[in-house]
Amino acid sequence: MLAVEDLHVFYGRVAGVRGVTLEVAEGEIVGLLGPNGAGKSTTLAAIAGLVRARSGRVLMRGENLLRLVPENVVRMGVALVPENRRIFGHLTVQENLQLGATIRSDRAAVEEDVQRVLRRFPVLQRLYKASAGGLSGGEQQQLAIGRALLSRPKLLLLDEPSLGLAPLLVDRVFEAIAELRKEGTTILLAEQYVARTLEVADRVYSLSRGRVAFAGPAAALRDSADFETNYLLGLAPSSAAAS
Amino acid sequence: MITAISYLIDAISLGSLDALIALGIGVVFGLMGLVNFAYGDIITLGAYTLVGTIAALSFPFAAGILVLVVVTVAIALVMERVAFRPVREADPTTMLITSFALSYTLQNLEILVLGARAKFVALPPFFSSFTTLGPLQIPNLSLFVIGMTVVLLLGLRFFLKRTSLGVQMSAAAADFAMARLLGVRANRVIAIAFGISGLFAAAASFALVAQLGQVNPTLSVLPVLIGFAGVIIGGLGSLAGATLGGFALGFLTTILQAVLPASLSQFRDAVLFTLVIAFLLVRPQGLLPGRSSVERV
Repeated sequence: MLAVEDLHVFYGRVAGVRGVTLEVAEGEIVGLLGPNGAGKSTTLAAIAGLVRARSGRVLMRGENLLRLVPENVVRMGVALVPENRRIFGHLTVQENLQLGATIRSDRAAVEEDVQRVLRRFPVLQRLYKASAGGLSGGEQQQLAIGRALLSRPKLLLLDEPSLGLAPLLVDRVFEAIAELRKEGTTILLAEQYVARTLEVADRVYSLSRGRVAFAGPAAALRDSADFETNYLLGLAPSSAAAS
Repeated sequence: MITAISYLIDAISLGSLDALIALGIGVVFGLMGLVNFAYGDIITLGAYTLVGTIAALSFPFAAGILVLVVVTVAIALVMERVAFRPVREADPTTMLITSFALSYTLQNLEILVLGARAKFVALPPFFSSFTTLGPLQIPNLSLFVIGMTVVLLLGLRFFLKRTSLGVQMSAAAADFAMARLLGVRANRVIAIAFGISGLFAAAASFALVAQLGQVNPTLSVLPVLIGFAGVIIGGLGSLAGATLGGFALGFLTTILQAVLPASLSQFRDAVLFTLVIAFLLVRPQGLLPGRSSVERV
């Protein structure tokens, strides 16, 4: 479904991503791991059109997304839930959700999807008319995911969905990711929470200093004792783990 | 007492006009961080249009107003498309310089094509007569400007709160990049913001021409300067702040006119801007700071 080929992104003269290549197949959850500054968020931002890549290709079902502005990337079926949620605090939960359906004109179907999101995240039902700025971090994360789902994405990009959340809320977010997986949603998940990512992901890529340091099935890493240590140190996993 | 009420109505009227100008500037600034110094030229060109259609072409008043609105909105849209869109992703100073250059070019074109001398117009007698309320005589123009401002403000509020495009614009003003990620078309919302600023410029053009009965190339210089100050003291990036800031300065201008001794009245604007500086020293963030950091797109 998605193929990122030799992606290079620079912030001025500083390289954010250096030659990242990865693939996401339909129905998969692919984890993007790595410490702070590894290039996870930059990779997702480049896919979504938020930052301009210097070179490389991002092919979504054959179409190069790097030629598109962000508002057209979402029209190609790619929705990003960015780091720190970035909900519109001055708008209500309802308005935030409706903004998620900006690209759609099928009003009746949108309303059905809104109801589906409210059933998935019941806390949003209670706060539907409330200002989104008053929501807790966990509630905002649920709103951000619900908002992204309303564009009916073929590929959902999740950037650090557990960031800043209490453990109980992290559980809720990962439960939601697991539910989305059951429904066949394709997800590229950038996370620092290694153990939880390995639980839900089919495959993972580990980034280090803007490069792919490891790529392989998540199952191979779940039992690897040294993976998390290496990951935290920003090192490539050992060959034992990789095998 | 009667005099005080008269001054109060004048102050509200001038405050309304400055609020309109500040909003016209603020609606674009809030969205794309552009301080459009050419905004005054939209107002001036609108004023020339109104005077030209009514005085030179003998259009009926209503037709003149219609043409005025069409022209100012069109100028604002063309300005966005031709001058600002190509430099939108360039360095912020590039947009600022573009705005200066555009303003300077338009001012000189006005002088070249239309001449530096004032052109006069006679509007319908309604605007130069009064409404009598007991002992009070209220200028119809003041009532009209206040009413027009209220209608435009309510219209803008309705648009931003109750329409899908308005909510998109409101979201884009808060976080443009996020709004785009959700599919909000940058070109469309920015064009709408310029269109709204053009509409508000039409209202300001009419009010200025009606007050002075004439137009000249410097017609909008002081009102727009006050409008800019209104946007800043209102709080950059906040439409409510721009409205409040513009209104406060217009109101204060009239009050200063009334309370300053005759020997100082010629320094009214100097006193006004001194007060603006003093206010910003105490509250640099303005009256109602904007919610966004004005992210460039």
